[in-house]
Amino acid sequence: MTPLLSVQGITKTYGAHIGCADVSFDLYPGEVMGIVGESGSGKSTLLNCMAGHLVPDAGQVVFDTRSDGPRDTVTMSEPERRMLGRTDWAFVHQHARDGLRMGVSAGGNVGERLMAVGDRHYGDIRDKATDWLERVEIHASRVDDRPTTFSGGMQQRLQIARNLVTGPRLVFMDEPTGGLDVSVQARLLDLLRGLVRDMGLSAIIVTHDLAVVRLLADRLMVMKSGHVVETGLTDQVLDDPQHAYSQLLVSSVLQV
Amino acid sequence: MSEAAYNFAYLDEQTKRMIRRAILKGLAVPGYQVPFASREMPMPYGWGTGGVQVSAAVLTPDDRFKVIDQGADDTTNAVSIRSFFERTAGVDTTTKTAEASVIQTRHRIPEEPLTEDQILVYQVPIPEPLRFLEPRESETRKMHSLEEYGLMHVKLYEDISRHGHIATSYAYPVKVEGRYVMDPSPIPKFDNPKLGDMAAIQLFGAGREQRIYALPPYTQVVSLDFEDHPFEASKADHACALCGAEHSYLDEVIVDDSGKRMFVCSDTDFCESRRAAGHVGEQAA
Ligand SMILES: [Zn+2]
Repeated sequence: MTPLLSVQGITKTYGAHIGCADVSFDLYPGEVMGIVGESGSGKSTLLNCMAGHLVPDAGQVVFDTRSDGPRDTVTMSEPERRMLGRTDWAFVHQHARDGLRMGVSAGGNVGERLMAVGDRHYGDIRDKATDWLERVEIHASRVDDRPTTFSGGMQQRLQIARNLVTGPRLVFMDEPTGGLDVSVQARLLDLLRGLVRDMGLSAIIVTHDLAVVRLLADRLMVMKSGHVVETGLTDQVLDDPQHAYSQLLVSSVLQV
Repeated sequence: MSEAAYNFAYLDEQTKRMIRRAILKGLAVPGYQVPFASREMPMPYGWGTGGVQVSAAVLTPDDRFKVIDQGADDTTNAVSIRSFFERTAGVDTTTKTAEASVIQTRHRIPEEPLTEDQILVYQVPIPEPLRFLEPRESETRKMHSLEEYGLMHVKLYEDISRHGHIATSYAYPVKVEGRYVMDPSPIPKFDNPKLGDMAAIQLFGAGREQRIYALPPYTQVVSLDFEDHPFEASKADHACALCGAEHSYLDEVIVDDSGKRMFVCSDTDFCESRRAAGHVGEQAA
């Protein structure tokens, strides 16, 4: 089987500081990869290099495109990459306001990607937006309300709906539950797990929260100081960590 | 400084050449916003400095110049711009649309169809149609270059969701030759259909924002809309009370102290010409 995403030798430095170094892995369709590590471990740098927000110093990010098969997204033209960014790719930001248009109604936020790819029927766009609001447990009556009137958890669910409405094949998530109350996190995780399962989503989730990857990720990569120190099936890594740093991460959670 | 010390049409020749280059580029790439180095003019921004600089760059001594402000030749703004070019360029001026070779306008397109011998210069306050939803200039420039115009429809979507119909009635966005999305300046959307396939050259000048854009003659201009909410060039559902015109854009005016209102052509020259030709409206005295 062709990997959906094949990351090869991604390296990004900031002067003398290493962002991430020589990271390689394959992601297969329907798979969820978790990337864990503390802040400064390079996991966010890696995510942004993969999603095209940062240009890596070296390496390839090969995506299995619908039309032309595997293509290196680092070297493809910017218009092509931006087109991927609003069709087959989705990016869920940690802070919902980075991923939403706060001055636009919930329906407009969800509808934007549809309009970006050429939907020109208001009624259809609105129906799809309403349907997606309900799928992320936001009442349809809120479709004309602005996200500024939503709670933090609702804003994050709205951001997810806005991203998934075009049926992306790969979702990048940056600390999707970060900054939310614990009870709100649990509900969001539940929702995400349902969506991943129902839609057969492929996703890469960056988080420092092992509970998130335990619930959502099939496989796990542990990063420290820009390097991948351990990789494996999520349960294996969490139940029987091999690297000293992974052991430290897991044990610190267990002590809580 | 004496009046005679001004260069023709106030601006020095080098500045006019620079503006003409921007205009030519604008004509070559219809709808594309060309940056230019806007000069200080002896009038504040918001008083049509962009349009004035474009007019200064295209006027020749043989031209006949007309200025309209919301359709009228006699507002303070129109009068002051007209007299500015009478003083600094010595050109003839007129209020007759058909007699003018260069027409500077704020907020209207004349009712009378323009010809290939004419240039229409628009005063533009905000040239960027995407700014409503995307304030970052770097990002809007990229959206234009990559033809990423989904956001324009988000604006119209918001209109419908809030008002039940596309409530944008001025500065209604258009797509030019299937490529650039353009703000036609705050003309009523009633005027939008006149933008397309026009015989005259249309030039747009934004002074504060330092942008010039253009529509060459006979350019395709399409107003954006949705399949189930098609564009409509609406106007008040009346005939002109003075000249009886049924298809001109109307202003609602208060006519006496008791608050009595009537609808009259916003294009004063059009209305006067019709009355001179014997057309009579309901309220004509
Ligand atoms: Zn009239």
